[in-house]
Amino acid sequence: MIRRGTGLWFATPALAVIAVFFFLPVAGALVLGFTDFDIYAIADLRNVRFVGLRNFQELLATPLFWRALGNTLYFAVVGVPLSMAASVGAALLLNSPLARLKSFYRTVLFAPVVTTLVAVALIWRYLLHTRYGLLNYGLGLAGISPIDWLGNPTTALPAIILFSVWKNFGYNMVIVLVALQQIPEDLYEAASLDGASAWQQFRHVTLPSLRPTLAFVGILTLAAYFQLFAEPYVMTQGGPAQSTLSILYFMYDEGFKWWNLGRASAVAFVLFLMMFAVTGFNAWLAQRRAA
Amino acid sequence: MAGLAVIRVAACALALAALVAGCGRAGEGTTLRFWAMGREAEVLAELMPEFERTHPGIHVRVEQLPWTAAHEKLLTAVAGDATPDLCQLGNTWLPELAALNALAPLEARIAASRGVPRADYFPGIWATNVIGGHVFGVPWYVDTRLLFYRRDLVAAAGYDHPPRTWDELKAEAAAVQARGHDAYGILLPLNEYEPLLAFGLQQREGLLREDNTRGNFSSAAFRRTLGFYVSMFKDGLAPPVSNSQIANVWTEFGRGYFAFYISGPWNIGEFNRRLPEALKGRWETAPLPGPEGPSASIAGGASLAVFRRSAHPDEAWQLVEYLSDPAVQARFHALTGDLPARRSAWSAPGIAADSHTAAFADQLERVKPTPPVPEWEEMMTEMRVVAEHVVRGDTSIEEGTAELDRRADRMLRKRRELVAEGHAP
Amino acid sequence: MNRRTRSIAVNGALALVALVTAFPLLWMVSASLMPAGMSANFPPPLWTTHPTLVHYRELFAHAGFGRHFVNSALIASGATLLALTLNVMAGYAFAKLDFPGRDRLHRVLVAGLVIPAQVAMLPLFLELKSIGLVDTLAGVLVPSLAGIFSIFLVRQAALSIPDELLDAARIDGASEWTIYRRIVLPLLTPMLVTLAVFTFLGAWNDFLWPLIILNDDDRYTLPVALASLSREHVQDSELMMAGSVVTVLPVLALFLGLQRYYLQGLMAGAVKG
Repeated sequence: MIRRGTGLWFATPALAVIAVFFFLPVAGALVLGFTDFDIYAIADLRNVRFVGLRNFQELLATPLFWRALGNTLYFAVVGVPLSMAASVGAALLLNSPLARLKSFYRTVLFAPVVTTLVAVALIWRYLLHTRYGLLNYGLGLAGISPIDWLGNPTTALPAIILFSVWKNFGYNMVIVLVALQQIPEDLYEAASLDGASAWQQFRHVTLPSLRPTLAFVGILTLAAYFQLFAEPYVMTQGGPAQSTLSILYFMYDEGFKWWNLGRASAVAFVLFLMMFAVTGFNAWLAQRRAA
Repeated sequence: MAGLAVIRVAACALALAALVAGCGRAGEGTTLRFWAMGREAEVLAELMPEFERTHPGIHVRVEQLPWTAAHEKLLTAVAGDATPDLCQLGNTWLPELAALNALAPLEARIAASRGVPRADYFPGIWATNVIGGHVFGVPWYVDTRLLFYRRDLVAAAGYDHPPRTWDELKAEAAAVQARGHDAYGILLPLNEYEPLLAFGLQQREGLLREDNTRGNFSSAAFRRTLGFYVSMFKDGLAPPVSNSQIANVWTEFGRGYFAFYISGPWNIGEFNRRLPEALKGRWETAPLPGPEGPSASIAGGASLAVFRRSAHPDEAWQLVEYLSDPAVQARFHALTGDLPARRSAWSAPGIAADSHTAAFADQLERVKPTPPVPEWEEMMTEMRVVAEHVVRGDTSIEEGTAELDRRADRMLRKRRELVAEGHAP
Repeated sequence: MNRRTRSIAVNGALALVALVTAFPLLWMVSASLMPAGMSANFPPPLWTTHPTLVHYRELFAHAGFGRHFVNSALIASGATLLALTLNVMAGYAFAKLDFPGRDRLHRVLVAGLVIPAQVAMLPLFLELKSIGLVDTLAGVLVPSLAGIFSIFLVRQAALSIPDELLDAARIDGASEWTIYRRIVLPLLTPMLVTLAVFTFLGAWNDFLWPLIILNDDDRYTLPVALASLSREHVQDSELMMAGSVVTVLPVLALFLGLQRYYLQGLMAGAVKG
């Protein structure tokens, strides 16, 4: 009854855009990764040559690459659980039957998510200032001497993690909140009849019910945290001592600062592998859950 | 139906915005896009009305590039075929853009013009604009790095003259620091490579070797330089911070948070403008201390370069001529403190009378250019990074310089290949 | 612990968390109104008794923020309109219209979801360079058009449209286009709004791609202009905070106005996965 061609008319514009502006460049990235495309090549295309796996070999021998990879993993491994904990904590508070003004609070806690990253990173840059920042002032009131948050290689990434938790926890909070509301009330009633404390109820009722949501949300957050870029770009420019240089920042520098497009494409490929591993893990989880 | 209303509102906003953007466009005539950096860009805006009045039909749009992002923006523009008509170009960046084939050769225009007499320029600076027999830039202002210091603090610490040698610099910085509270002797921002480069150029041995195709950072001379640089941090004389962590360099200099600062001539203007009246005459400049006495510094400065892709090269050249006029150069100096490239502009009363420029005149006699390779800026970034790691104790001077040579050799590989094939840019 | 103490604890904790969360945004507004240099003092002041709009005037009169604002608005609304047009049609086609290769294409798109957009950026730059779109507003919005995820969201929503409804219209002789306009679009309206808000916010807040593709100051979007300004004027914290307010306020307002749709979309995307 439906004319078979019509569907194609509807889908073609979007598919064409995706093919030309997404899949084609992705294929191009794969090719670029095996060339020595650099500024000499931009001056004269005859200066491009295929170099096989050299970009990848060199990448693995570049300490800065490992540094960037390490920083990115550190950011993700510490940042994701902290973000999730903040999300769950906030969601629990919001879900409490005793809480008032719920929708007001939900809006306030969610607000940082929609803000422009560059702008709010700037705010935090001032809040984290060693001498005039309010964070150190607050710590000073508690008797803690000033911390050079963004100037010290050991505290710069933690400071960015702190900022990221603030910026992002609202997103997962909303999802966790929905999951909390779907936990049947009688599970809690049964638990409290058994004399379970609030903590025991959380451990044995809430957490198990949340587990699928948390796994799913955690993996999405992980994938997002792998793409760290604008935060260090605005707050530290990758410093101090490259302690906040991320994989994506490294790719940006190689590619769009120094125009070593070949090497940058090799970095992009590594980023792709990381994402692939994470999503592959997610698919495996989903399958196991279904089984 | 709220949704459709939203989309309709969005569509209206879009139409409105397009309308506004359309109305914003200027009238007929030629519009020159001129890229300039930092303070120079702000001052240019003040100079342009007169140029536009004397050159009817030409409108100049000055765009300000932040110094820290200028280099990548220039390369991106070249890569994306989005270059402006002309720009202010640091002369260490000139070889790179010339290698990219992005700049228009100017020798024919210079020969035909009376506004740019070569004999009136500092020869050393002019030489940095000549690459492969072509002139790719006209020096606009000259620049080198030397010492800014608080004369009052140095005198209070018992010294009647600024330091001339590395040892004196450290001794005076230590003496000043010992008297201060919550203060340092010297500020060497970790995000700037220029102070270390300036010290490095003071050594007789070059920073690159083998026809500029390999790094020479492991040489005893550079290891000694790095050792001196790092010792100022190790001895606690310099805070291990970057510029952006000092909330405000001028305020902190005024407060005496540090007494020595290695910087360029633009800061004469900035300090004059931003330091409180009470500090007038209490700060001074001095030639950069050398290993054994007054020595070299960077042959810096900026040139005016016209891009090959410019659609209005004739108009762009007129602007170059205008900015090269000695009277305009003198005015430019008055506004920025930048030192004119034309010698005849140096006799202007504003320059001759300013005690702060004397040290620069002295230092400019002893400036050295950096190797003219396109990879230079990237290499300097690596040098800065490695130096920061040594300062923070992550690595030793021996390991750091060896690593720096490895990185330099890798960066220069393509250049080595092209040199071997006989067509290096 | 009785109910009353628990209630105080819960609400107190909520108020505290909300205060901490909102504090940076409130401080931004407050600092943007302070006289120049005031915030760089110790102890850091929280507000000023002499608020001034001088930094906003500076932004619009000298730093070109009026133009950046227009650019951001143009790009965000342009991206929204175009992406919506393309992806809603495609999503509907994948859900309700049969066409050759549909299932295979669907699988290809699913695979595409795994690839981070940044991988495509380097060659995309060269590609746009060859068609002359570098340093244009059109070049900025190109990547936001290719919305695989949006197609899937629309497809999810469209799957719930009963086939009988569409078939009845076909029997009445309506063309596929008419059916799409008259029946499908109205039914998908909530999803459309959600998608519009998402795309708009995404395009407005985007940073990396505009940073790469734009060169001319006059075409900068607000985030790129703000980052650029911050490199030059890092000492002028009050000015920078005014710039942040100008950048953040529109999206915050949009979110507050259409919160319901935004959160619904978020949950639809997340829960169905």
